Amino acid sequence: MSGQAEGQSRLERVLRSGRIAVTAELNPPDSASPDSVYENALVLATLCDAINTTDAAGANVHMSSFATSALLSKAGYEPVMQMSCRDRNRIAIQGDLLGASALGIKNILCLTGDGVQAGDHPDAKPVFDLDSITLLKTAKRMKEKGTFLSGRKLDTNPQLFLGAAANPFVPPFDFRPLRLKKKIDAGAQFIQTQYCFNVARLKAYMQEVNDMGLTDKVFVLIGVGPLKSAKSAEWIRSNVPGVVIPDVVIKRLKGAQSQANEGKKICLEIIEEVLEIKGVSGVHVMAYRQEELVAELITESGILNSRTEKY
Amino acid sequence: MRLFQSYPALLEHFYRVTAIFLNLSKPLILRSRMIQRSLIITEQLFKKPVFDCQMCGQCVLHNTGMTCPMTCPKNLRNGPCGGVRNNGNCEIKPEMACVWVNAWERSKQMSVHGSKINVIMAPLDRRLQGTSAWVNELSGRMEIIQDEWSS
Repeated sequence: MSGQAEGQSRLERVLRSGRIAVTAELNPPDSASPDSVYENALVLATLCDAINTTDAAGANVHMSSFATSALLSKAGYEPVMQMSCRDRNRIAIQGDLLGASALGIKNILCLTGDGVQAGDHPDAKPVFDLDSITLLKTAKRMKEKGTFLSGRKLDTNPQLFLGAAANPFVPPFDFRPLRLKKKIDAGAQFIQTQYCFNVARLKAYMQEVNDMGLTDKVFVLIGVGPLKSAKSAEWIRSNVPGVVIPDVVIKRLKGAQSQANEGKKICLEIIEEVLEIKGVSGVHVMAYRQEELVAELITESGILNSRTEKY
Repeated sequence: MRLFQSYPALLEHFYRVTAIFLNLSKPLILRSRMIQRSLIITEQLFKKPVFDCQMCGQCVLHNTGMTCPMTCPKNLRNGPCGGVRNNGNCEIKPEMACVWVNAWERSKQMSVHGSKINVIMAPLDRRLQGTSAWVNELSGRMEIIQDEWSS
């Protein structure tokens, strides 16, 4: 019998309600114990609508995104499972999409993935059988048509809320909005962007995206995060693919008495500014292995003050 | 020979002429295994020096600014990843210009097929690696793959 797994994701409900959404990143541990996943989730859970679990971010091995999301889902949290094309082919991907839905994981962030050279196993074989866009379309087909890529029918369609990443901050700038359109056509329902440290660039991008009518079709969450120090900012921009940190930001950090406080302040200012941009539905807060700092930031930003009910 | 890639409009016309010639020879090509095998060699001779062709067997050059997407270290066929460097170079090979930055710039110079860069391309059929893209085009194999994908 063909059917569909029940229910809309909580993140989808929040976004559809028109509320400003907050998602935060949880970095899976280098551990076979679920304890730190639960500890970090506890810190984030009351402050955000969904928790992203990264998929071997920067091509460094950690507990898998799938397992981390499953742990979160089992404990009643709302995960966004990040799924990259770097480590698995279309057979594994489609199996994981079914498994995710069966385990109550409904939000999937479809990514191409960083190259293996960026991580701790540069000697690994990069897969890239699909890319983010073909992954989106594959998931959409399973969800809506109820078939695998091969055409074979599913018994029960997965219930998925599909996300994609966007990076408005790297070239080719004038192609980026068109690429976003491709992602939406392929099935993206929400977008989480790369770290934003250049609000002017984001505004130019959002202007084009709005003009193309894309924000009527997709929810855009802007990636933000605190920088610990000028030194760490410099390390990030030369080692983490796709993160652009302008010189003025680094200069400002260098000139501050407490660089960590300044980093937080910059982040809070960016949150305030991006939420004023037309077409922005929320923020996605990231800070590698600093879940408590993320929680502090969300609280201090005051984004959630208007909430009367928890989702 | 790579210099030819700086003239995408010229290459686009060359592509059109090749397509017309191959279509005219279609009955002959599809009948003869020997011609098909010789086409593989001809393709390698032309496409390797000009495009650094990887013989994926599913040539989409006119959809990608006459720039081979298989030379992207992630083999991306639908646009640039989010890792492109500030200077427009590749995340994985810092000394190489991003294949998709080039593809986009070149497609803007192509009057006939330029807008095809917006088509969502099917994932590769890995069985076709090493076969002739020209033969796969003429036999209708390419069309079937893309149609099934778009349906």
